[in-house]
Amino acid sequence: MGLRTFLAGWPVYRQLTGTDPLGRGAAAQSARSAALTARTETADSVARSVCPYCAVGCGQRVFVTDGRVTQIEGDPDSPISRGRLCPKGSASKSLVTSPLRQTTVRYRRPYATEWEDLDLDTALDMIADRILAAREDTWEDVDDAGRPLHRTLGISSLGGATLDNEENYLIKKLFTAMGALQIENQARI
Amino acid sequence: MAEAHPVGFQWVMEAKRRGAKVFHVDPRFTRTSAVADSYLPIRAGTDIALLGGVVRHILENELDFREYVLAYTNAATIVSDQFADTEDLDGLFSGYRPDTGSYDTSSWQYAGHEGHAEITGTGKERDSAAGLRHESHGMPVPAPAQRDETLQHPRCVYQILRRHFARYTPEMVERVCGIPQDKFLELADAWAANSGRERTGALVYSVGWTQHSVGVQYIRTGAIIQTLLGNMGRPGGGILALRGHASIQGSTDIPTLYNLLPGYLPMPHHADHETFDDWVDSIRHPGQKGFWGDSRAYAASLLKAYWGDAATPENDFCYDHLPRMTGDHGTYQQVLNMIDGKIRGYFLLGQNPAVGSAHGRAQRLGMANLDWLVVRDLFLIESATFWKNSPEVATGEIVPEQCRTEVFFLPAASHVEKEGTFTQTQRLLQWREKAVDPPGDARSELWFFYHLGRRLRERLAGSPHPRDRALLDLTWDYPTHGPHAEPSAEAVLREINGYEVATGRPLSAFTQARDDGSTAIGCWIYTGVYADGVNQAARRRSRHEQDWVAAQWGWAWPANRRTLYNRASADPQGRPWSERKKYVWWDPDAGEWTGYDVPDFEKTKPPTYRPPEGASGVAAIAGDDAFVMQGDGKAWLYAPSGVLDGPLPAHYEPAESPMRNPLYGQQANPTRKVYEHPVNSVNPSPPEAHSAVFPYVFTVSRLTEHHTAGGMSRTVRPLAELQPEMFVEVSPELAAEAGLTHLGWAHLVSGRAAIEAKVLVTDRLTPLRVDGRIIHQLWLPYHFGTEGLVTGDSANDLFGITLDPNVLIQESKVGTCDVRPGRRPTGPALLDLVADYRRRAGITPQRRVPIVTTDAAGGGDAAGSTDERSPQASADEHDGGGDA
Ligand code: SF4
Repeated sequence: MGLRTFLAGWPVYRQLTGTDPLGRGAAAQSARSAALTARTETADSVARSVCPYCAVGCGQRVFVTDGRVTQIEGDPDSPISRGRLCPKGSASKSLVTSPLRQTTVRYRRPYATEWEDLDLDTALDMIADRILAAREDTWEDVDDAGRPLHRTLGISSLGGATLDNEENYLIKKLFTAMGALQIENQARI
Repeated sequence: MAEAHPVGFQWVMEAKRRGAKVFHVDPRFTRTSAVADSYLPIRAGTDIALLGGVVRHILENELDFREYVLAYTNAATIVSDQFADTEDLDGLFSGYRPDTGSYDTSSWQYAGHEGHAEITGTGKERDSAAGLRHESHGMPVPAPAQRDETLQHPRCVYQILRRHFARYTPEMVERVCGIPQDKFLELADAWAANSGRERTGALVYSVGWTQHSVGVQYIRTGAIIQTLLGNMGRPGGGILALRGHASIQGSTDIPTLYNLLPGYLPMPHHADHETFDDWVDSIRHPGQKGFWGDSRAYAASLLKAYWGDAATPENDFCYDHLPRMTGDHGTYQQVLNMIDGKIRGYFLLGQNPAVGSAHGRAQRLGMANLDWLVVRDLFLIESATFWKNSPEVATGEIVPEQCRTEVFFLPAASHVEKEGTFTQTQRLLQWREKAVDPPGDARSELWFFYHLGRRLRERLAGSPHPRDRALLDLTWDYPTHGPHAEPSAEAVLREINGYEVATGRPLSAFTQARDDGSTAIGCWIYTGVYADGVNQAARRRSRHEQDWVAAQWGWAWPANRRTLYNRASADPQGRPWSERKKYVWWDPDAGEWTGYDVPDFEKTKPPTYRPPEGASGVAAIAGDDAFVMQGDGKAWLYAPSGVLDGPLPAHYEPAESPMRNPLYGQQANPTRKVYEHPVNSVNPSPPEAHSAVFPYVFTVSRLTEHHTAGGMSRTVRPLAELQPEMFVEVSPELAAEAGLTHLGWAHLVSGRAAIEAKVLVTDRLTPLRVDGRIIHQLWLPYHFGTEGLVTGDSANDLFGITLDPNVLIQESKVGTCDVRPGRRPTGPALLDLVADYRRRAGITPQRRVPIVTTDAAGGGDAAGSTDERSPQASADEHDGGGDA
């Protein structure tokens, strides 16, 4: 090992002579970290996304390898966020890959003390049955003066502020067609 | 802002670096205060007094941007001689009706328009939260109105404003808000100085302003200041509402709300909108100015998007398929109806009311009394597990074996597992690409609702019932892809954008909307997002490759316009106010408006244009009417209609306050929405007796590391580690007074609940000297609940339900409570503790909250004296430490 190589292995030397006078980048790098490859470099694909938490709307890049999210970073191109993410945005990989996420349907029978499993298809059928029954039981055609009401007050819904515009559009459209007037979201809160 | 919208805050710091002065007003010293030039601690719930003080400061010293005010606002307009102000009526405006707690607004109109009042009793508008309709436009007024350009007429808006705010002196600001006069004057001077041709100032608020019984009037007061100073429609100006959920703006524009249809069209009311024409005319206001003149086309195009071929001009585009409102159907009314057994089924879609809504106990008791509940979320949140793991299970109020609610939990897809648009806080739509497939049974809402709708329609096929026609006629044929038949979000976005029915060609602007059934538009204010068949929301031109307006990043409604009312960035003749603040201007050679942004004006209408006699709609907008969505083309300093609790803001105390209103005999907002229901209660405030039972003011807000009800943060390891525990922040003085120790336990009690928290003693909270006494404020994060990696009691359990009359948003940024050392009791003993407080506070089933507290209404149900202080409040004084 020559003197130069020896010196170059010494961070303070690199800091004083190199391009990193503050010692926050190349100067501080160890042989081990120099040998590492970032997950972002080997990703199969990158999706351009937006942080799901608050409404600042910071840009995100979602890195995917083998069909799994391996990293989420701020999008440096975004004129809103300039690549930055706050603690929540930075934690969104942990959000989407959290082991606590529920990935199967859970069903609680009336008066039960525990959850049961339920098939997604069956759940959808059961929900459709219950909507139609609630509509039938609580339907209001006209008011006392014979003016149209065309609605049910037997069904409620809350939520939308965390969802996509396209989703809110279908929710509003379907509930309105069902006559289910009582839909609300966080904008009321 | 640094706490709750951290990355947005970088722009405040950027402005500061360039010389801007940053003021931060908050009950608690936060990370924002730490880097602000000046921090003003304030008593929660008193911002109108502070802002009113700024208005007075501007008017008394004639610091307004006079050219702007004269040209672009209604300062010169003459108001009816029948109008009486809070000055005359001890805190009420003319037209108050004690029997309904609402106003007849005839006397608030401009002179000569008295008979044209939109609203003769605001009670109905309150139930339908009609104020929300004005998110995209102001109320109409009949034109023309009388004006006095010298601003000297005693009934011109400018003079009315002066008289109205005359009592909001620096001394009064100090007395009400607890802000020292020198601090107040520093703010008022700096704000007013940062105005005029060369300078602008921006105002930023969040739910700390909206979640009040006078929330809309907070924002109105801010708007008055920003308008007087010429800060609207200009670069570096504006009023910026920072919203807290990724697409909460989108869910207001394309509303999952009971009282609105897409693009702020009102949901029809059974009595007022019996026919399509009634409905359209109530939006359009025949004969009036502005872009709402075309609302027949927006309305017809929406119904056409919903009901396709079935919707024809002959059948009024299936108008009768729309459900009708009859009153208040808001989320809080719904919860009370659930408790009363009137609601069968409830969907929760990425929302957790057991923790996030006011009065958590009412929320959970409501959910425990349904036939069925569908929860769609990423995690098993508190609203899914209330039947086995809620505070009411601990107290025995919910017994799983006796709780009948059938619960379906359906896992949802996360933001990277589906594609679609969020609309962020400045109306910008950004398309997200899908990164991976959702795991297991997890699906998008798009999938769930599309396939649910498909099944409902299959079941009803051939139904003879007229009620099923709306479902069967619905256009519901979105293309699907992939193994789970995921519907195409782009196809839905195309429908939202709108298209020509005959060709399917996407429209490029809402001006192409027609009322003859030839166009279908899902949300008219979003038309253009799919212009030229291109998903404009997916545009991602780097900020390095475009100018600072960044018009090619995403798409902003309307028409990709980044700053609304930007015609006001030029003077009446169409020239920039200054080179420095140049933004949009008239190019006389080209004969059109031009600039950095999409002009918020008809492109070729010259500044000199004057409407012909009898013009209406867009043609009635003069070349210098910068506020094109307003009924008179002017920014409103005084709102003759549209605001249900008064044409001007007045300081009212919060529904729960330890003190008497120092400004008027009228204690609290006389039009606030109150629910007399056994589960709900309001802690007494002066002039009622027993307010000293709950002597402290508490407020809640966010931690940087958590998100609202915690469903997306207490479940995420790094965030849970960063903020692992529920706590309450108190000042050293309050800790000494109440016997609390740092890092020990405390419990807080209101008339609804008792919750516990670890104590953080810090001088970030300041005891305030207010009206001769010391008011202590406590601060709590509201993120905690019983599920997730970190748990704790929910702060929102402490709140009762009282709402702003304009938008039916609850007062959950201020309430009163008691605080005691140690942990709360558990089991039934907890209920006994709260019951004991209620008994001492006189909260009985018979008690009615006094609404009118002044005799000025004449014949009102004045419930108490208008003495400066109630005996109870005076008795508190020795605690607070003497007189001012
Ligand atoms: S990264 Fe933080 S500031 Fe940006 S959108 Fe997400 S939560 Fe908001």
